[in-house]
Amino acid sequence: MASIAEPIARLIAELNKLPGIGPKSAQRLTYYLLHTPDEEVKSLGDAILFLKEKVELCSVCFNITDRNPCPICQDKERDHSKICVVEKPSDIIPLERTGKYEGVYHVLHGTISPAQGIGPQELKVKELLYRLQDNSVAEVILATNPTIEGEATAMYLRQMIRPMGIHISRLARGLPFGSDLEYADDMTLAQALEGRQEF
Amino acid sequence: MAAPHVYQTRAIVLRQSKIGEADRIVTIYTPELGKLKAIAKGACRPGSKLGGNVEPLTYSSMMLAKGRNLDIITQSQTIDAFLALRKDLWHMACGLYTLELVDSSTLENSENSPLFDLLLNALRWLCQSENDKTVVRYFELHLLHHLGYRPQLRRCVNCNSSLNPVINFFSYGQGGILCPHCNQKEPVPRPLSVDALKVLRLWQGCDYATASRVKMSSKLSSELKQVMQGYMRYLFQRELKSMAWLEELEKKSLVDNNYGTN
Repeated sequence: MASIAEPIARLIAELNKLPGIGPKSAQRLTYYLLHTPDEEVKSLGDAILFLKEKVELCSVCFNITDRNPCPICQDKERDHSKICVVEKPSDIIPLERTGKYEGVYHVLHGTISPAQGIGPQELKVKELLYRLQDNSVAEVILATNPTIEGEATAMYLRQMIRPMGIHISRLARGLPFGSDLEYADDMTLAQALEGRQEF
Repeated sequence: MAAPHVYQTRAIVLRQSKIGEADRIVTIYTPELGKLKAIAKGACRPGSKLGGNVEPLTYSSMMLAKGRNLDIITQSQTIDAFLALRKDLWHMACGLYTLELVDSSTLENSENSPLFDLLLNALRWLCQSENDKTVVRYFELHLLHHLGYRPQLRRCVNCNSSLNPVINFFSYGQGGILCPHCNQKEPVPRPLSVDALKVLRLWQGCDYATASRVKMSSKLSSELKQVMQGYMRYLFQRELKSMAWLEELEKKSLVDNNYGTN
């Protein structure tokens, strides 16, 4: 890109590294920023810099936070005897939105994926088991996704936690609201039938 | 006449990865077209009609539309979800191992219908059988046959002499057994016991029902595992990732049931 000014070419190359941003989108965003008021561009730059400077992992639950321990782990009102295990930090948001859960979380930062060579060592499994050792935890809720990897992770954790005598539960699986029975897969239907409730 | 825009096929889902907001790229194995990659649009959304029908370890009937780069899965109806494999960590690991073997040993758009049948049967055997190790070894041996790497187990691959009932040797490079005399030139000797050779010969020529009746000591079972996995490592020139996961489960004794060796 010899004909393009170096700062522009550099920003295009950097934006191009982001997921879902191709070379054309990167170019469009760069030229958009070029015509944006200085303070807005500065604010965007600061936000990106702050992201890495201010954000860290909570030393208790490994959620992404700007305060360590995170506000959820610090909250005395929450039930610290219940730990909900999730795959990634963004999984906490929908669970919190329900307003139905008062316990704390543990973020694994991934799932066991044999095909990609991701084992328990690459996840925050050891940290979870360490957290469970002080006998203050009564229930572990396994909230990994209902995918093959999520199931493998949940089954692995179940087998590791079971000897500790802690109650283990798994998020219920069944038909999502607004879906169609005709298109449900066998696994979902089988589990929806197994987990049916008095109505 | 132009190729049809949409087509139907049976498929076993080998693996999938997320792309974009809610789409998935799904690698499937079909009887007519071999391995291919297709897009399942919106499969990550909770209400998706595809969702659970395009998960790995699923045997489905699919309708696909020709796309510019990748074909698009428009409909998918599960024929068999191998539910027994999904309820047990060890069984699931064995199932995922067979999928990775097929995925890493085949090329896209290269039809191999007997291999499809073998994979489908292996997943069904894994669901029914407690003899998981026999299923996996039998699958490996017959996979090599369908890929054109069937090991020569009847005669010495070097001098073509018939093999005596003594400890012979497996040569990965020559794809079969070496008699003790010819093995002297091999840089790394890989001895194979008489019993292990007998079992491999039997399995190579029999159906699974017969193969599953073979009773093995854990020593023999582990010898067969070493030979087969070593040979595949040599052929594929890499370590299979799910093989490491199986070994980890074995080491940690996280296997729920008695899975095979007697």
